[in-house]
Amino acid sequence: MSIELSAHVRGEIDLWVAKFPPERRRSAVLAGLRAAQHENNGFLTPDLMDAVAQYLGLAPVQVYEVATFYSMFETHPVGRHHVSVCTNISCMLRGAEDIVAHVEKKLGIKTGESTPDMRIFLKCEEECLAACTGGPMMMVDHIYHEHLTPESVDRILDELT
Amino acid sequence: MSDDAVNIVVDGVPVVARKGQMIMQATDRQGIYIPRFCYHEKLSVAANCRMCLVEVEKAPKPMPACATPVTEGMKVFTKSPRAISAQKATMEFLLINHPLDCPICDQGGECELQDLAMGFGRDIARYAERKRVVKDKNLGPLVSTDMTRCIHCTRCVRFGQEIQGFPQLGTTGRGEHMEITTYVEQSVDHELSANIVDLCPVGALNNKPFRFRGRSWEMTQHALVSPHDAVGSNLYAHVLRGQLMRIVPRQNDEINETWISDRDRFGFEGIYSEDRVQQPLLRVEGELRPVDWETALAAAVDGLSQARDRHGPKSIGFLASPSSTVEEFFLAAQIARALGTDNIDHRLRQTDFSGQDRDAAFPGIGVALTDIDKLQGILVIGSHLRAEVPLLAHRIRTAAIKGGAKVAFLNPQRFEYLFPALQHALDGKDLLTEMCGVVHACAQISNQSVPAGIATASVSDDHRALARALLNGERRAVFLGHLAQRHPAYSQIIALARVLAQLSGATFGVITEGANAAGAYLSGAVPHRHSGGEPRSHAGLHARSMLDSVLQAYVLLGDIDAPEDFAKGPASLQRSEFIVAITPHLSQALRSVAHVVLPIGTFAETSGTYVNCEGRWQSWAGAAKPVGESRPGWKVLRVLGNLFGLPGFEYATSEEVRDAAKVLCNLEASVLSGAHATEAHADARSAAIAAPWVHVPIYQSDALVRRSASLAKTNGGQLAIGAL
Repeated sequence: MSIELSAHVRGEIDLWVAKFPPERRRSAVLAGLRAAQHENNGFLTPDLMDAVAQYLGLAPVQVYEVATFYSMFETHPVGRHHVSVCTNISCMLRGAEDIVAHVEKKLGIKTGESTPDMRIFLKCEEECLAACTGGPMMMVDHIYHEHLTPESVDRILDELT
Repeated sequence: MSDDAVNIVVDGVPVVARKGQMIMQATDRQGIYIPRFCYHEKLSVAANCRMCLVEVEKAPKPMPACATPVTEGMKVFTKSPRAISAQKATMEFLLINHPLDCPICDQGGECELQDLAMGFGRDIARYAERKRVVKDKNLGPLVSTDMTRCIHCTRCVRFGQEIQGFPQLGTTGRGEHMEITTYVEQSVDHELSANIVDLCPVGALNNKPFRFRGRSWEMTQHALVSPHDAVGSNLYAHVLRGQLMRIVPRQNDEINETWISDRDRFGFEGIYSEDRVQQPLLRVEGELRPVDWETALAAAVDGLSQARDRHGPKSIGFLASPSSTVEEFFLAAQIARALGTDNIDHRLRQTDFSGQDRDAAFPGIGVALTDIDKLQGILVIGSHLRAEVPLLAHRIRTAAIKGGAKVAFLNPQRFEYLFPALQHALDGKDLLTEMCGVVHACAQISNQSVPAGIATASVSDDHRALARALLNGERRAVFLGHLAQRHPAYSQIIALARVLAQLSGATFGVITEGANAAGAYLSGAVPHRHSGGEPRSHAGLHARSMLDSVLQAYVLLGDIDAPEDFAKGPASLQRSEFIVAITPHLSQALRSVAHVVLPIGTFAETSGTYVNCEGRWQSWAGAAKPVGESRPGWKVLRVLGNLFGLPGFEYATSEEVRDAAKVLCNLEASVLSGAHATEAHADARSAAIAAPWVHVPIYQSDALVRRSASLAKTNGGQLAIGAL
């Protein structure tokens, strides 16, 4: 039933545990989940979260709380490439909503869904990613793309494998 | 204490608070009410419901009273226009998503949200949009969920973390999507789990077996004391038309605080089980037949008199449930002694009685419950503490978590304790050998002479670790649990434990089975003590020898199942000539052997008294109407006494019986805790005894609990009595 974390994930957790007082192992949950998610095609499973909890000596629900709270963690299978279009005020004024509509139409999915071939995951609306000078913008796999137009969006998405 | 006094002014009235207190703690002590949902005096402060916002002078905005520390000269306004408008605004937000389903909600009528909505809610909602709906969670057989009603106060989450020691509920998601959930479906599996029903200020978490069975305003409330363990938790029974519908905690900070165990809450279901005896029964032509009370009582007196006349009074034995009341024990002891027999006992699961002459006046834990969280070194021997006495386990956990006490267990195997504890598992090793090692280690570490006979005991690192844990700090205690008391070498265990307590300067205590073992000792329901606790010169037969031999007649008093409640099977009962069962329930085994069955009420259907593990006497009046024709046990015994023509059986009330028993107890002088402690059996390292450990799971502990349908559905309810 229970699975073991990889050496890399354990090492990553150890690194973060060492930065906090010994009784604050809970502080390393974020880092542990990020590393675990990265090795598991971008999403977390209950088994993985349990394994992080066990490694840190926490109750599983304490890890579930963190994983479901933060938007960068996915708790269900999602597409390989994570695409998030900023829809906060600066980007919105520069036409972000049209960009979202364009992406949804192009991929045939709504925000929060993945393409059937699991190539692209269109995350739910993203809060401000602090690139207001370049709006409208989107983040693809942690890389920022600014001054978006429907054409540039097409090019960026088509390049994803 | 004047150093840490802080003067504040609340609504124009000067209030003295203590340094570090929050406004809410100071105002609660003054009886000034500030509305709240998430604040609870026994839990940490979360300050997330915002219902307790009050105005504080010079503060730029309303402050939460539960999380704002008092400062000298602080002026607080709890009912100013600003405070009230903040509270009303909070209420409006809370009601945005809360459904208006009070008419079908079990919490209706006893709901904190409903009450406060009366005071702070608007008459007409301004929110006309869709309300959110949250899927219900399955938390097992004891707690029902209606999560749409949840207002996210997180009391249940904090209860899991702080009181249970293992959070099962958490808050997942955020904002509009926040939910209280276990995330992965699982039943909440802890002996205190159902306290979240009382903590929940709305109708999200409710009592599942009680669901839709009664409204709070239809029921009457009666104070009771728990019959399931020696703590004596204070309970309220809620009774509808004479029937007990549910049990809730009665706050008593000296005993159970605001908590009760699930066993206390749901064990009562056994009162209405199918095998309750509805009327007196008499064996006629080999078959138990219903008869009237006069016939049954006359038959009981007749049968016992015959046994006495033919075979002498020593041929009669009284076996009583350890959860009988003081009144029942006392009257039974009076009858037994008047008949001329000392064969009376309540220690049904004990097997070794050879050390009973050194017993204290009554068995207790040797320390007040409120002092347990101040202990610094604790050694528990032979106890599955959480299953035996859940609230004692909670107290000891508090000592470890809040007070930093070192807690050590010496047990046949490891048990899950949910707090830092040193567990030394015997794993097949002999307990006496290990205890000798610990005594030796304790003497070495504390630089005392090693008691004679123990000097040869070998000492391992484990023994030293256990001794060091016990010797931590200055306030120390040694406890013996149920497993130890069932052990075939109990007299040597208790002797060694007393030596250990004396060497370490610890208090010594025994955690007894049943609710009223202390009351049994003090009322004379033991073969070696008078009523009042004075030793008898000639002891009668104890429970085991009563069952080892076959007596002509037995009187079984109280809720006893055979074989579950006995250390040894009921074979002798089958061969006995005459058995009177004075009992609420009639199990199959009893049905086949009893000659006269006199139905009596359970703890909820009689007035009575229990003496708890601290020696505290707690009386209650009956709550529910007795089932069928059953009568309170003390009345049945009084009439039996009358029919035997015994003098002094003119008691009109249970209080008179209790007072007659209590007046005999010279408690100050007769407490013998630790007596003869130096007489340890040095040669205790006898050959290991085969299969010495009898484990009674938490929901098999007494006849009532075994008949609770709800507890039987829990994971703990699946376990059976057996060897460890």
